[in-house]
Amino acid sequence: MVERDKTLQKDRTGQGTAKSALANQAGRTANWLLERYHVQGILDFMSHKTVPMHRHTIWYYLGGMTLFFFIVQIITGMLLLFYYKPTAETAFESVQFLMTKVRFGWLIRSIHSWSANLLIATAFIHLFSVFFLRAYRKPRELTWVSGVLMLFLAMGFGFSGYLLPWNELAYFATKVGTEIVRDVPLIGHTIMKLLRGGEDVTGATLNRFFAIHVAILPATFFLLLGFHLFAVQLQGMSIPISVEKSQKKIKLMPFFPNFLMRDLLGWTVALGCLAAIAALFPWELGKKADPFAPTPMGIRPEWYFLFMFQTLKILPAKIWFLEGELLGILGFGLIGILVIFVPFIDKASSRGELNRWGTIFGLIAIGYILLMTGVAYM
Amino acid sequence: MDTRGKKSMGTTPKEGLSENQKLRRRLVNFFLGGGILTTFGSVIFPIVNYLIPPKVKQETTTSVIAGRVGELKPNSGKIFRFGSKPGILILTEQGEYRAFSAVCTHLDCTVQYRPDLKHIWCACHNGHYDLTGKNIAGPPPRPLEAYEVDIRGEEIVVSKKLS
Repeated sequence: MVERDKTLQKDRTGQGTAKSALANQAGRTANWLLERYHVQGILDFMSHKTVPMHRHTIWYYLGGMTLFFFIVQIITGMLLLFYYKPTAETAFESVQFLMTKVRFGWLIRSIHSWSANLLIATAFIHLFSVFFLRAYRKPRELTWVSGVLMLFLAMGFGFSGYLLPWNELAYFATKVGTEIVRDVPLIGHTIMKLLRGGEDVTGATLNRFFAIHVAILPATFFLLLGFHLFAVQLQGMSIPISVEKSQKKIKLMPFFPNFLMRDLLGWTVALGCLAAIAALFPWELGKKADPFAPTPMGIRPEWYFLFMFQTLKILPAKIWFLEGELLGILGFGLIGILVIFVPFIDKASSRGELNRWGTIFGLIAIGYILLMTGVAYM
Repeated sequence: MDTRGKKSMGTTPKEGLSENQKLRRRLVNFFLGGGILTTFGSVIFPIVNYLIPPKVKQETTTSVIAGRVGELKPNSGKIFRFGSKPGILILTEQGEYRAFSAVCTHLDCTVQYRPDLKHIWCACHNGHYDLTGKNIAGPPPRPLEAYEVDIRGEEIVVSKKLS
């Protein structure tokens, strides 16, 4: 008995020295780096960073969730590039090969498609929660601007990525989508030709969309994302005006590791949901695009474009002296610009006053989007 | 809230814990670590499998038409397609057709016929093969694979030697 205790003790001390040796090594490596890169200030800042705790804290997780889906997109996107061939002759076949012959190819593609949709969904929720909590008010105006621009880019990712498998649905949706651009006065036709790489949707369009999807959009997105995350870290989380007014003392939680751990737990749940959806409802490929076949029934864009698509559909051909479609496009363009400039329009929130008009506009927007999307599905 | 958070991150001294609590903590750590490991594994496993190129049916070419009679002058050679790989057809000074795999046995470069040397040469690392395909100088470790040459009318048919 005594002997066994001794051996046990020996084991424990052995384990202890191994652990401390590892810790020493880690410490030495950290020192080596700190000697060369003077980031102690940043590290101190990060270790003191806190997150306010109140009844709206849940919304702080949405941005991180969107970031998670974006990381999934980057990883799966890179993987898809291993097999994808971006020409009109080979695109469909290469995706078909990927889905039928490559091990887990169907899963990687399904995850890429589903994660794209979830990303847009969480980004929309993130946008609206930030809007309703007035988190965009001074000093976070530019964080909002960069976020809105990233949402637009994300929709661009969705639109350009939709065409890449070169299937029937995507081909005609792209035809319609790029045709709408033509209605923009003066520059519309030129933009359409630039997007399509000619007058029609052809292999040239596929090449352009591929370049936009895997090079131009990611590069632009990373710049904005870098700024967005930097600003969030630097300025910390915004406390809603209502909380600021009603609570004298706001509880704080250390960002590292407490909030980060919660974030990671959220990411784990997101990964689980994503994997389950992607495996249970694999993204379909459909039929290869045939430019000389009649457009099949039920051509419509991805759900996040539906409310705009539906609006253009129900507008009359002529409103006053303007074309209905043109008016719709100009209207959405104007709304897009207004959304970007929200922090500069709502000056009351920056002064710390509750602005009811913002809430009303936000609710109307959500109602409209839900209604139109619903109508489009019926 | 923040003090509770700190406690859960292990700043509490372990000495204050009872045996039971220590055991509980070990169990929780085991499940946490195991959970992280299996999650990580279930992400890595499909990715690694995905990256392994799937088996594609290779055309198993056993015989091709490498050229036509009269196309080559004596003491010259040409490269032809043999399935997915290049082959080399040579007409010797004596007027005899020879065919080999044109893939250098050193590092997979494509060899060529040198009329001045009157044998096969690889430009990459100065490898030399004689007219039987034998490696005679330079780095190549093995002879070139020799093919059977048959003349059927006007066509020069090259086929794999039955081993």
